[in-house]
Amino acid sequence: MQKKMWLMIALLLVVPGLLFTLGCQKKTVSQAKAPVEKAPAKAPEKAEAPAVVVTPSDTTGMIMQEDIYFDFDKSSLTSAAQDNLMRKAAWLRANPDVTVTVEGHCDERGTNEYNLALGDRRADSSKAFLVDLGIPASRLTTISYGEERPVCGQKDEECWAKNRRANFVVN
Amino acid sequence: MMQILGDSCGQGSFKIRRIKLYIFVIGVILVTFGPAMSWAEYDVIDITKPFLRKIPLAIPLFKNTSGSAEEKQLSETAADFLSDTLDFTGYFKILERGAFLFDPEKNGVTLANINFQNWTVVGAEFLITGYYEVNNDRISLELRLFDTFKARRVLGKKYAGSKSNQRSIILRFCSDVIHYLTGSRGIFGSKIAFISNGTGNKEIYTSAFDGYNPRRLTNNNAITLFPAWSTDGKWMAFTSFKAGNPDLYIRNLKQGQETKVSRQGINSTPAWVPGKFELAATMSFSGDSEIYLLTGSGKIIKRLTKSHGIDTTPTWSPDGKKIAFESARSGSAQIYIKDLVSGKVRRLTYEGRKNTQASWSPRGDKIAYTSEMSGGNNIFVIGLDGQDPVQLTYDSGNNEAASWSPDASLIAFSSNRDGPNRIYVMTAYGTDQRRLLVLAGEQTKPKWSTNYLNN
Repeated sequence: MQKKMWLMIALLLVVPGLLFTLGCQKKTVSQAKAPVEKAPAKAPEKAEAPAVVVTPSDTTGMIMQEDIYFDFDKSSLTSAAQDNLMRKAAWLRANPDVTVTVEGHCDERGTNEYNLALGDRRADSSKAFLVDLGIPASRLTTISYGEERPVCGQKDEECWAKNRRANFVVN
Repeated sequence: MMQILGDSCGQGSFKIRRIKLYIFVIGVILVTFGPAMSWAEYDVIDITKPFLRKIPLAIPLFKNTSGSAEEKQLSETAADFLSDTLDFTGYFKILERGAFLFDPEKNGVTLANINFQNWTVVGAEFLITGYYEVNNDRISLELRLFDTFKARRVLGKKYAGSKSNQRSIILRFCSDVIHYLTGSRGIFGSKIAFISNGTGNKEIYTSAFDGYNPRRLTNNNAITLFPAWSTDGKWMAFTSFKAGNPDLYIRNLKQGQETKVSRQGINSTPAWVPGKFELAATMSFSGDSEIYLLTGSGKIIKRLTKSHGIDTTPTWSPDGKKIAFESARSGSAQIYIKDLVSGKVRRLTYEGRKNTQASWSPRGDKIAYTSEMSGGNNIFVIGLDGQDPVQLTYDSGNNEAASWSPDASLIAFSSNRDGPNRIYVMTAYGTDQRRLLVLAGEQTKPKWSTNYLNN
């Protein structure tokens, strides 16, 4: 049942995502479609139910505490990042009074100057995706920290991957 | 024959110092002596390729007048500082004193008393002698530069001042020596701004060109980045998160007042237009990071770049007619040049997967930049034709943020070759790489000011 609802929600959220061309990766969109096709035929009708249903237990906004991650030197959203943002959007719909600061971060490679601009793009692309999913832009502000606030200090790919992120601060 | 020089030096802190000197009559009196010298009669150092061969220079200990212990100690300090400072330029091979056939206590230091064969035999092509005297709080120095092969004096200066003036006296003489040898006033009145996180936050510090007397300039208690001196040294622009957002601040260094430029998104990488109260900076309020031209009070004059993708880190040609900057318009970041008169943009760098942090030489003919390589970042220099980029740093961690000295002879940069990031200096040809200063925390983003000893 849980799974079914997830699929419905995915469908509900992917459709507006497609309508508002955001420059999201096409690859990701087709991946998101796959589970929808397996969903029961009547899913679209059911999907009209409020998205809130999906996250009844997440009263504290646990989903908002999950960072999303980016490929090296990229600000486009991976499919995993898009999936995560869909869940964030669902929670934000259920909590309409909440405003969020989207922080964009980079790994230490590259220069501070460039990374400050790259972090800005990461925060912006995360925000734009949420706006496409119907979250009012007025609820979302962005800030770039570039490479200044890493969560992991080792000089290896595992660490760099953790630092290439957007995180979401519920205000 | 004695002649008091006009000494109409300059701007900034040195001017302040000079006024103080004259008013309180404790100052440095500059005098040339002997037959009038023809200034820069010839330039010994070819500044287009100055480091191919270092000039062997002998600087023996100075001749002291009284022979008191204090005088001896101050005099040695002065001679050593003169050696270190001229060594810092990279032009010279400072010869070991142990080889000298010279005893300052016995031998004279003037033209008539010098046996030049004693200097040519140890390989010295130039010789500097000093005559040092302490009288209560005051010191006086006579410093002479000799061409040993021609057996003639090419510079002679007499200075007087308080003991606390010793450093500036030596720097004055260094400036004269370098002016004689290169035709340029050098770097001795310049400063270096940089970022250090010794307090736990990245803040701006400044030091003299040689790392002397580092001082914290900002007290933002927040991430502070990208220091940029105005040409006259009166203003410092930078980015700080002290109000939450990465905003641009334009600070009057004398009064400490700041103008904040805060738009949605980033407000970063200020670069002053040479000789003007205007600056370029990166802003992303349009939804894309672009470079804008601002007044010194932070108002937007116009947008300078227009392309999808990151455009950032402008640097000005010395004539203020072009900017170089990094742009990801072709995919990965590369250096581009925009001619602001014609509006034309051309790509400068093609080699290397990512090239950033362009820094235009004050001489105008070259651009230094940071290239991302598999082993780390390295500093390159390239001509304006984009041909034959030259790699200056190798196999030594990340080397970033090149900044030219005002005479374009040296490049300051940051490197983590020994672990933490530190500030280093090398010649414009990549030789003589050395650490600039020792300070707690990590240091990054050096920015060299104009030389304020430009008389």
